[in-house]
Amino acid sequence: MRRIVILGGGTAGTMVANKLRSTEPPSALQITVVDRDDEHHYQPGYLFIPFGTYTRDQVVKPRRRFLRPGIDLVLAEIEKVDADAKAVHLAGERTLEYDTLIIATGVQPRPDQTPGADGPGVHHFYDLEASLRLKEALREFPGGRLVVHITEMPIKCPVAPLEFTFLADAWFRERGTRRKVEIVYVTPLDGAFTKPVASRELGGMFGKRDIHMETDFAVESVDTENQELVSYDERRIPYDLLVSIPLNMGPDYIARSGLGDEMNLVPCNQQTMQSLAHPDVFVLGDGGTLQTSKAGSVAHFAVDIFLENWPHYLAGEPLTHSFDGHANCFIETGHGKGMLLDFNYKTQPYTGSFPLPGVGPMALLKENRANHLAKLAFRGIYWEFLLKGRPLPFTADMYLMGKNVEDEASGTSTPDLIKGLVGLRRSH
Amino acid sequence: MPTCRIGGRPIDVNDEGFLTVYDQWDEELAPVLAGYAGIDELTDEHWKVLRFLREDYPARKETATLRRVTAVGGFDMKELFRLFPGKPAKKMSYIAGLPKPKGCV
Repeated sequence: MRRIVILGGGTAGTMVANKLRSTEPPSALQITVVDRDDEHHYQPGYLFIPFGTYTRDQVVKPRRRFLRPGIDLVLAEIEKVDADAKAVHLAGERTLEYDTLIIATGVQPRPDQTPGADGPGVHHFYDLEASLRLKEALREFPGGRLVVHITEMPIKCPVAPLEFTFLADAWFRERGTRRKVEIVYVTPLDGAFTKPVASRELGGMFGKRDIHMETDFAVESVDTENQELVSYDERRIPYDLLVSIPLNMGPDYIARSGLGDEMNLVPCNQQTMQSLAHPDVFVLGDGGTLQTSKAGSVAHFAVDIFLENWPHYLAGEPLTHSFDGHANCFIETGHGKGMLLDFNYKTQPYTGSFPLPGVGPMALLKENRANHLAKLAFRGIYWEFLLKGRPLPFTADMYLMGKNVEDEASGTSTPDLIKGLVGLRRSH
Repeated sequence: MPTCRIGGRPIDVNDEGFLTVYDQWDEELAPVLAGYAGIDELTDEHWKVLRFLREDYPARKETATLRRVTAVGGFDMKELFRLFPGKPAKKMSYIAGLPKPKGCV
């Protein structure tokens, strides 16, 4: 009997365990999921907690409830993976041997990696406890300068800081206190988003909402005494309320096992999620080096590709099913509206409609109510369909129908620096 | 992909001007690219960083981020900002003839 060990019982780990269990009988495959606790968090829900939209109970449920019968759940800290011996060492001297290992432990917020960022009065919403603290801080905030800051990319759900900013703007407006609040968005990127068209559209939305943006900000430290963000090029940004999204890193056992890069991310094949160093190790979810969003939608699509390749992997054949980096993200923009982004490795997010070209009902890169309702409905879909491995009306492959494709260079944010600075003359 | 003449020879670049072919770069090209990026002279300190980037790239097929340059290359972050003012990650990779490091989406 083959043994597969899945490290992490979150979105990716739960999905892949359930889908494998539904295709492989227990007599052929033993499936073991390892996690440190029995709390499955609906992480996209953290964003809504500070605004009182969701409560703790709506975003936390027992992991076991979402794992099919015939899957072992082991609750323990992971000490180390010995990939050469194909064994996982757990706390308490316990060892699990495997034939195939799936790393699905994702990334975690690490405020301790930036001096001052784990100090008093520095907030974020990338775990449940921090979101609950931020909820209190928002209610006590008398007005002043709210700074929303991203330490460094990549982070989980790269649009969440934008969403938080839009929701905060709407939240203050609904309370009639917006004029007492200055909102500043501070990013290490050169615009609101990494991709040009989305960056342009989202940057325009900042202007309309009177949100200021500070770009190319590489943070050195948070000076909690003087309440300032400090960059390596010696810019200082004062704040009265700071929401600073911490560096996201893979867990320390990845480093102890010698499996990761400097961010404890496991280098993996962009198409198959197979570890570059160990062919019997795969990385699903946020813990690898896929050059696409760290997001549940990516985990979902990547798990589907993994399962298509599974029989070929077992047979020792080449893995021919190829992940295209497909991601879709709902962006809450406040006042009961939202936007939708759909993109992959090669194609940036465009405007248009989804899933039906010209019809929608969801709009790409445009605000409407259907997008917002879809985002809220997704929480139920997540618990009832996605985790349990039931089919969803989205496919792993992205397609261009319904998208208003623009020239790759038509955004305004990224190309300016080097072009302006370099003054290239092209000769075709 | 456009081609342009840099240092008297044809070089393939992308829409932002970053070189797209690893082997079209050599050490004679770097000072020319540095000039375009507003850096008049490449000192030994600049060269140490550029050589680290060049050597780090082939195995990973990905340009080292600032964090990797400091964590793995052992360079000091403030020093990188002094050497390549304003936007060190972009300027370093541009002068080294490598793609812009991916901020990731």
